[in-house]
Amino acid sequence: MSGITAFLTDSTLCIGCKACEVACKEWNQVPEDGFTWRGMSYDNTGELGHSTWRHVKFVEDGASSGFGGNSPDVFSWGFSSDVCKHCENAGCLEACPTGAIVRTEFGGVYVQPDVCNGCAYCVVTCPFGVIERNPADGRAFKCTFCYDRQKEGLKPACATACPTESIKFGRIEDMSGEADKRMGHLKDLGFDDVHLYNPIESSVGGIHALFITRGDPTTYNLPPHPEVPTKYLRRGWASAGVAAGMLVLSALLAFLGNGDGS
Amino acid sequence: MSRSFSTNDPDSFAAREQRLREIRKQADREFRAKIAGSQKLPPVGIASPETGYYGMPVLKQPPWTWEIPVYFFVGGAAGSAAVIGNIARMIGADPKLVSDARWLAAIGGAISPALLVADLGMPSRFINMLRVFKIQSPMSVGSWTLVAFSTGSAAAAFTSAVRKRTGPNKLLHVCNSAADFFAALSGLVLCTYTGVLIGATVIPVWNQNVSILPIHFAASGLNSAVSMLELRGNYSPALNSLGIASALCETAVGATLEMSKRPATKPLHEGKSGWLMRAAGLLSGPIPLVLRLLAGNSRTPRSKKLRNAAAISSVTGSLITRVAWVQAGKESARNPAISLELPSASEKDQIESR
Repeated sequence: MSGITAFLTDSTLCIGCKACEVACKEWNQVPEDGFTWRGMSYDNTGELGHSTWRHVKFVEDGASSGFGGNSPDVFSWGFSSDVCKHCENAGCLEACPTGAIVRTEFGGVYVQPDVCNGCAYCVVTCPFGVIERNPADGRAFKCTFCYDRQKEGLKPACATACPTESIKFGRIEDMSGEADKRMGHLKDLGFDDVHLYNPIESSVGGIHALFITRGDPTTYNLPPHPEVPTKYLRRGWASAGVAAGMLVLSALLAFLGNGDGS
Repeated sequence: MSRSFSTNDPDSFAAREQRLREIRKQADREFRAKIAGSQKLPPVGIASPETGYYGMPVLKQPPWTWEIPVYFFVGGAAGSAAVIGNIARMIGADPKLVSDARWLAAIGGAISPALLVADLGMPSRFINMLRVFKIQSPMSVGSWTLVAFSTGSAAAAFTSAVRKRTGPNKLLHVCNSAADFFAALSGLVLCTYTGVLIGATVIPVWNQNVSILPIHFAASGLNSAVSMLELRGNYSPALNSLGIASALCETAVGATLEMSKRPATKPLHEGKSGWLMRAAGLLSGPIPLVLRLLAGNSRTPRSKKLRNAAAISSVTGSLITRVAWVQAGKESARNPAISLELPSASEKDQIESR
């Protein structure tokens, strides 16, 4: 695979098998992080983090005839495998003070573990809450977009392991074409509630991991208007300038006005 | 044994099924009673456009520990002290005040990097901060500023100490003046950039206050620097005026924050961070303001006592201010309602704006 790549994660094809989570952990040698019963659905992974780079979300829907069991009193399931969005304007990349976070030739956002010093500023600048500092190791980790595999022309581990092609991977233009095609097909089949998640109009400016979900994407904790925090810089520095000016002025006035000169 | 469908027979199929339903109901009741009594267990949520994904946070909490708010406090005080010292010196104020300010800056300039390094996941790699300079990263700008300030304030303290020993020396004087000026210039950035640092993030309570934060932090830094100089025995009227100015500014900021009723600013009013923020506001705003106004510009023992009390209140308030802001950020990150624009956030907005 050459050129700019992307994931297309189609929740209508996901069966919640978590093969992507396992494949990701195995291939990338991501540390185990204990096993906790979270008491919500069958999702005991919880959220993306330093030791979770793929995460299958389990959404329980009310009974809906015709879908999810064909019985009016049986729950239906929605599964969606979450991953780093590899933003066009990536908050983590902009914020990283060491230059550890870089943009790869495939358009992905990659943390160089040999450079990161664990300042954790990326953690508070990711609008999707993806990147996290590993307390045991000290550095920040997230999905690498399988940079090593892509370099060898291979698909990322999660997409390779996915048994239902719910996780598709390819050139970004192919993926967005594929997404439109799939959306049309699903609507033809009568799935009126399908959404394509691609916040291209926000300051994030597009992502390299598109999601097709049924129902509102906020159900899957996908924010409707993710913002890259560099947009606050202008106001912040303007205010810092005002503050500095006030500081100097008040000090000058205080010392001059009180005749402290001797 | 033949299967009977009569519920009168305790061994019957229907009776056993009924018993299983009862067990399930009992378990459900007990579980609900258990979670109602404990806040540690997560509430049983659902995933929907009203709640998001089981009420789970969208954002990650800042993992910073106590070192970072303390660094904001020390850096703010040291940076402001350098500014005060340099201006006092240019105007020709009391040399003891100038010297104390210089030492305050130098000590703060030595402690600050230690705190920042201690909070890094890999402290040995602090030097990687100086691989690049990124204007779009306040963390990068801040790291370079801190290095400049520590160097400048240390050089200022060193050259003044040497000058004191060797007597008047033209070259030393020039070096000392340059170092003072350099420390003051970087000090100005040091005591304000931390507001930009946390303001330009995805944490709602921080970025919704990005215009207030640098002003709040600068006023807080000035307040604590003035107070520390007073506690070192400097009672010039100028310091009291500066203390009044910063306490006034903090009172205004505190009132603005208290009155701000946007959903994103909830952590400033509620919970642990809300109480910290209120305590900080009172200790740095109205309390020292009143004490300083009562103290006036006389140098009587009563006035000095009042100013000392104001100083202690301000320094404590300044430290709590930074702790409160960091704590508010942590609480803000936990709530998915703002990021997901959930109805609970906007309904709250409507109720509060009525």
